[in-house]
Amino acid sequence: MQHIIANISVLLAAPILNVGLLLDGLMIGAIFALAAYGLALVWGVMNVKNLAQGDFIMIGGYLAWCLDQRGLHPMWAVPLAFLLLWVIGWCLYKSVIRNVISRDLFTSLLATFGIAIVIQQGLNLAFGPNTQSAQADLPTWSFAGGLITVTGTRLFGLALALVLSAVVIVFMKSTRMGQAIRATAQDARAARVLGINTERVYAFTFCLNAAICGAVGALVAMVWNIQPFMGTTYSIRLFVIVTAAGFGNLPGVIAAGFGMGVFEQFGGFILGAQFQQALVVLLLLIVLAVRQIQQLSLRQALQ
Amino acid sequence: MKRIERGRQSIALLALFAAGLAAPLLLSDYTNELALLWLMILFAVTWDILGGQMGYNSLGNIFFFGAGMYISAIVQIGLFYDVGMYTSGARTTHISFSDLQYFSGLALGMLAAGIGSAILAAAAGWALFGLRGPYFAIGTLGLAIAAAELVASWEWVGAASGISMPVFPGNPELQKLFFYMLFFALGFALLLFLNWLYSTRFRLALNAVRDDEEKAEAMGLHTRRIKRTALIVAAFFLGIAGAIFGNMTGFIEPRDIAFPTTTFNIYMVLMVLLGGKGTFWGPVVGATVFHIIKEATWTYFLGWQYVTLGLLIVIIVVYFQQGIVGWMIESYPHWFAPKPASEESDAYAKASIDLAARPEGSP
Repeated sequence: MQHIIANISVLLAAPILNVGLLLDGLMIGAIFALAAYGLALVWGVMNVKNLAQGDFIMIGGYLAWCLDQRGLHPMWAVPLAFLLLWVIGWCLYKSVIRNVISRDLFTSLLATFGIAIVIQQGLNLAFGPNTQSAQADLPTWSFAGGLITVTGTRLFGLALALVLSAVVIVFMKSTRMGQAIRATAQDARAARVLGINTERVYAFTFCLNAAICGAVGALVAMVWNIQPFMGTTYSIRLFVIVTAAGFGNLPGVIAAGFGMGVFEQFGGFILGAQFQQALVVLLLLIVLAVRQIQQLSLRQALQ
Repeated sequence: MKRIERGRQSIALLALFAAGLAAPLLLSDYTNELALLWLMILFAVTWDILGGQMGYNSLGNIFFFGAGMYISAIVQIGLFYDVGMYTSGARTTHISFSDLQYFSGLALGMLAAGIGSAILAAAAGWALFGLRGPYFAIGTLGLAIAAAELVASWEWVGAASGISMPVFPGNPELQKLFFYMLFFALGFALLLFLNWLYSTRFRLALNAVRDDEEKAEAMGLHTRRIKRTALIVAAFFLGIAGAIFGNMTGFIEPRDIAFPTTTFNIYMVLMVLLGGKGTFWGPVVGATVFHIIKEATWTYFLGWQYVTLGLLIVIIVVYFQQGIVGWMIESYPHWFAPKPASEESDAYAKASIDLAARPEGSP
């Protein structure tokens, strides 16, 4: 208890620290928002809840780490991870996901959980259980007498997240495929009647989501660190974000992503870093409880 | 009702009882494995109450198992010593339990574990049962992970380094047999209890919730109360199972033993799917087959066992979801339909057979 009160009083005594935490939270939140958008896309279009989302991120992260070990700059991992995860996503779609789309929701949840376990354990066997991170060697700027530091990697992460989300949004709005995806999300049967190949749309959506996760993973490896079993925490984070926002609500997902980043930075500072995972999970329970109460007032259940 | 079918059921239960008693004598080298088999059966059958009969797929039943384990540890130690002192890393004094202390502590601990888990289930049911479908699964998973993380940072119960349980007074052979008998007694008691419970209106109410909750509510069923009761029954038995397992392993720890969200927690679901959801014997068959497969993989694919587990999940879920018993019902429906009543049976039996003609577990 003592150190919690001490940490809060530090924040109150030096308000400039709050600004630093807020900036950090926003930069990390941008990365969360991007991955959460992928989850919301798959959820909305094919009604599959992908519990392996966080593990896709970890694969991208390990690719960045491998490049770093081989002496290449880890930034190259962003496009490479995008391509690699696209291929992995396609294989998973053809072998597993295609068979669970039309089934009940728990089936897809459990099937992707199985995929998550395979990926986690595979990474564990290949790279060992240690925490790793890729060094991007970008400059660091300090403001306000060293109380606020903005690292180049985080800024790069933020910029790249913004660019990627802009590309995805423009793609969804203005291309033929984006239109087909939105049509399928609205009503798959009507889309099929109007001549859209929904099978192709599903495959494309799942691959796009996996690829986004890969790029995000490369950023995570540079900004933070990676570990084979961290994927579950990311999956839960993304679920919190999407559940809080409602999956049809793109601005909501982005706002919730930023909120998540800020919440974690402050929570981590006040309670200590070892409570990070517990905080994420508690936030999930709180969000579910709040959504449940909202639905209850409409006399509906959250389903 | 279902007089003939119930006769067959009783014979099967009696056979299982005899097999359970004889197994540790015939296979005395595998007593520990057999005890774990009964634990797996307990897991599968309690999961099926919610997942199979009621249609609420939980990913967090392990919460009640771990809660029971910790409650019993606290009771067993707290009756005679100070728990904070016992679990502190700096402890220097040697602590031992006399025979009387051990067994009275164990009995009280098991009782407290069952009741404590049931109370937690009532509270959790109040919070969770407004959620449906995937939200319920994710919410329960969150509950289990949160419990693991919180216990792992709670110094009083030993935090992440866990608690060494009181040592069994007696030789290892006796210890194995003792814990086998505890698991066997609990598992069989659960089967007997459910055999009775599923013959009452309660089973019909559970199935009504599964088939269409809105309609069930409109027909005047208190769906919330039914759901909570089902969770309390499952949690009571899981809590006691946790207490026994904690004492059997002799050391408890939050992440891998008490709240193992990626092992035991997933086995529950998998065993039920493998055996056949929503049938009485499906979970038992699934648990047995799964346990044998698992032990074989752990022996022959060491290092790759979790990868194999993940693949097994995907394969069962995607390609074989009706399960072994479900597949048998589909392929040989005449085995499961009740036999035509003989001439001297009364009209009531005939009428009830018409009602019961639907095969077990069909939606």
